[in-house]
Amino acid sequence: MPPQPLVTARRLRKVYGKPGAREFTAVDGIDFEVRRGEAFGLLGANGAGKSSTMRMIACVSPVSGGDLTILGRDAATDGPAIRARLGVVPQDDTVDTELTVRENLLIYGRYFGLSKVEVRRRAAELLEFARLTEKADESVGALSGGMRRRLTIARALVNSPDIVLLDEPTTGLDPQARHLLWERLFQLKREGVTLLLTTHYMDEAEQLCDRLVVMDSGRIVAEGAPAELISRYTTREVVELRLTDGDRATYGDELRSLVARFEDLADRLLLYTDDGEDVLSRAHATGARPITALVRRSTLEDVFLTLTGRSLVD
Amino acid sequence: MPERTVTGAAPALRELGYWLHRYRRIWRGTVVISVANPLLFLTALGAGLGKLINTRTAAALHGTPYLHFVLPGLLAAAAMQTTYVEAAGPVLQSVRTRGNYRAAATTPLDPTDILYGHLLFILLRVTMTGAMFALVGAAFGTVGATRALLLAPCTTLIGLAFATPVAAWAVTVSRPASLTMMMRFAILPLYMFSGTFFPTTGLPGPLRDLAEATPLWHGVELCRSLALGTATAAATAVHVGYLAAMAAVGLWAARRSYRRVLHA
Amino acid sequence: MTAAVDLPTPTLSGRPPARSGGARAMVLRNVMIYRHTWPLLAAEVFEPVLYLVSFGIGIGALVGHVPGTAGTGEGAVRYPQFVAPALLATAAMNGAMNETTFNMFGKLRTDRTYESILTTPMTVWDVALGETCWALLRGALVTAGFLLVVLALGLVGSAWALLVLPSALLIGFAFASLGLLVVTLLRNWQDFQLIQLVMLPMFLFATTFYPLGVYPRPVQLLVECLPLYQSIELLRQPFLGQVGPALLVPAAYLLVFGTASLAVALRRLETTLRG
Repeated sequence: MPPQPLVTARRLRKVYGKPGAREFTAVDGIDFEVRRGEAFGLLGANGAGKSSTMRMIACVSPVSGGDLTILGRDAATDGPAIRARLGVVPQDDTVDTELTVRENLLIYGRYFGLSKVEVRRRAAELLEFARLTEKADESVGALSGGMRRRLTIARALVNSPDIVLLDEPTTGLDPQARHLLWERLFQLKREGVTLLLTTHYMDEAEQLCDRLVVMDSGRIVAEGAPAELISRYTTREVVELRLTDGDRATYGDELRSLVARFEDLADRLLLYTDDGEDVLSRAHATGARPITALVRRSTLEDVFLTLTGRSLVD
Repeated sequence: MPERTVTGAAPALRELGYWLHRYRRIWRGTVVISVANPLLFLTALGAGLGKLINTRTAAALHGTPYLHFVLPGLLAAAAMQTTYVEAAGPVLQSVRTRGNYRAAATTPLDPTDILYGHLLFILLRVTMTGAMFALVGAAFGTVGATRALLLAPCTTLIGLAFATPVAAWAVTVSRPASLTMMMRFAILPLYMFSGTFFPTTGLPGPLRDLAEATPLWHGVELCRSLALGTATAAATAVHVGYLAAMAAVGLWAARRSYRRVLHA
Repeated sequence: MTAAVDLPTPTLSGRPPARSGGARAMVLRNVMIYRHTWPLLAAEVFEPVLYLVSFGIGIGALVGHVPGTAGTGEGAVRYPQFVAPALLATAAMNGAMNETTFNMFGKLRTDRTYESILTTPMTVWDVALGETCWALLRGALVTAGFLLVVLALGLVGSAWALLVLPSALLIGFAFASLGLLVVTLLRNWQDFQLIQLVMLPMFLFATTFYPLGVYPRPVQLLVECLPLYQSIELLRQPFLGQVGPALLVPAAYLLVFGTASLAVALRRLETTLRG
């Protein structure tokens, strides 16, 4: 018998506003499962329905339709019991600015009904984990963005959760802070914690996620491991060419005929192929003189743009 | 690119424009409050407390009906309070949370332009509040219409005397709680003891000297002597001089602290 | 370098039942904050003391004895004695209501404190009850501090004045609940002006500074409906040594007023916080 998934969503829907005129469907009947110990990603542009899905899983926003089972319990009826086993890292750091770093952890632990002794021990461990021990007694106002985010993550771990929900965990952080955060998340994963995260950084999704779904307008448009998605929705490699306007007019059609899939962007041409070097040499053979030419591996970003389009969604 | 010429209003007026633009959304509420506030105080104190006091004909009032006595006091105190509310919180927010000062400081506006523009707005608000207070007073018949006209510029002067030091201080404050503390421990005591509700002659010696050295007392006396027709040239000069000096020192301090905070 | 955090392997069964810190954890959070900002509480005692000294002594000199109260001449009620219980009631009201309106609004809208609290097993009921209890506690502390000042000034004429403490808790409950209801109706900080517009006249007209007798009868009836008037009655009668079944009227009024406000507030909070 396969192990029971930790999260199961069936025809899950979220509708805001009053039925009728002002109704808005943010999540439109999605199905997915999150298995124990995996890092599961929700990808999508702004407004795709990621955050609404996360809020339903966190049991802070009622389900409008379909079924949502978390840790074997129904999200619609067992909110407090489920929340007791979750750790939530919201998109904005809603840390308590009136308290010190340590007090934030202490009081959060008390919300879970942990005893004073237990929560003290736990806070000390988590301060160490988040590398905040030296800042323990400082006001939250004195923390940098990266430190605040680590505090929010430490806070989410105070109840030793089974699942940690992270909504865009590294948005707005500098590269050092991002890498430190990734390292901490890897450590959690090694220790068997299930991670469920949203992101719009494709490198982050490739780095962290075992499996992911791509959402667009409240629906799931693709599901699988990052490598799987790349092989399914795009070629192995991409050739990027920048040409002068003259070359572009002269050789455009000929270059297009070299590959099965081709994209004409404002500043460059993209040639999708399984053998980049071969296509590049044939491109040179046409007589075109690119200003720059680049052969690179396809990334999740190519998958994402293929699936959800290049136009700006707001 | 053609050289951009600075046209239009003087720089400080552009900052004033910012505040007027914001004010357009909330002016109705402030007008209601400016009228309701004196109306309620005068009704409650006149109809209620006035009856208790007049029955004994308190000697300290020299035969003046209590309502006539208290109106100019309330007016001066309201001028101070409005100034504090308009200067302290908005200045702090402009530097910290809302950040409109910081945004303005990246434009050709100078920190002193920002200061002057905001001060102009505060003075406008205080004068409006004062004028409406005086109008309500005149409607109650507690002050003659001509004398009521004299009271509005007095509130402008009181506003300037308080707005400059308050802005100088508020621009450096980081915690909103400090504003509450200042309100409770400085503004409120001034409100209660500067001759607003009762003559300072009723206070014990040293407390009386202290009360009569405060800026609000000078403001109250200025308004009261004009409203009751007891003003003398010498006393008026002292009151006006005191408030003007305070405004000048405050302005100097505010220019300094605005420059330090905004162009650090 | 980094100590490993012990994170148990997830299991679906055999978990301890879901617990939550409940209202107690909410109160604890406030106590933690007040360890940093206790001077604010002292300031809240300072405010009514100022009013008392200013009105009681300054205006008291103009007024003398209060007509319409028991006795005249030497036996009559001195003005500071008349004003003190009214200011006590007002302090209890402000202490409780500031907490559930002003402070809670910040936590509800700007800081979004409750949003992160509600991701834990804590329920909206826990939050509301916790904040109300804290407001009560705070109101009681302020009242107790003010009572000490009144005592030191020699204005307490009867041992019945001790009834002030439980009464202040009841007043605190009524206004903390009212505040909880009001905070769900507020849209922005400008709306606080509207609260002032209601609270200031209530403060001025609810027999704080002069007896009910100065009004004509129809106005008296209106004033008697005000929750602050009932609060003042609850304190003033025992303060002046008049204790009898008449006290049950304001007590019952405040109890019903508070319970009704709380019930409506809870329903509204649930929809505000769980969208």
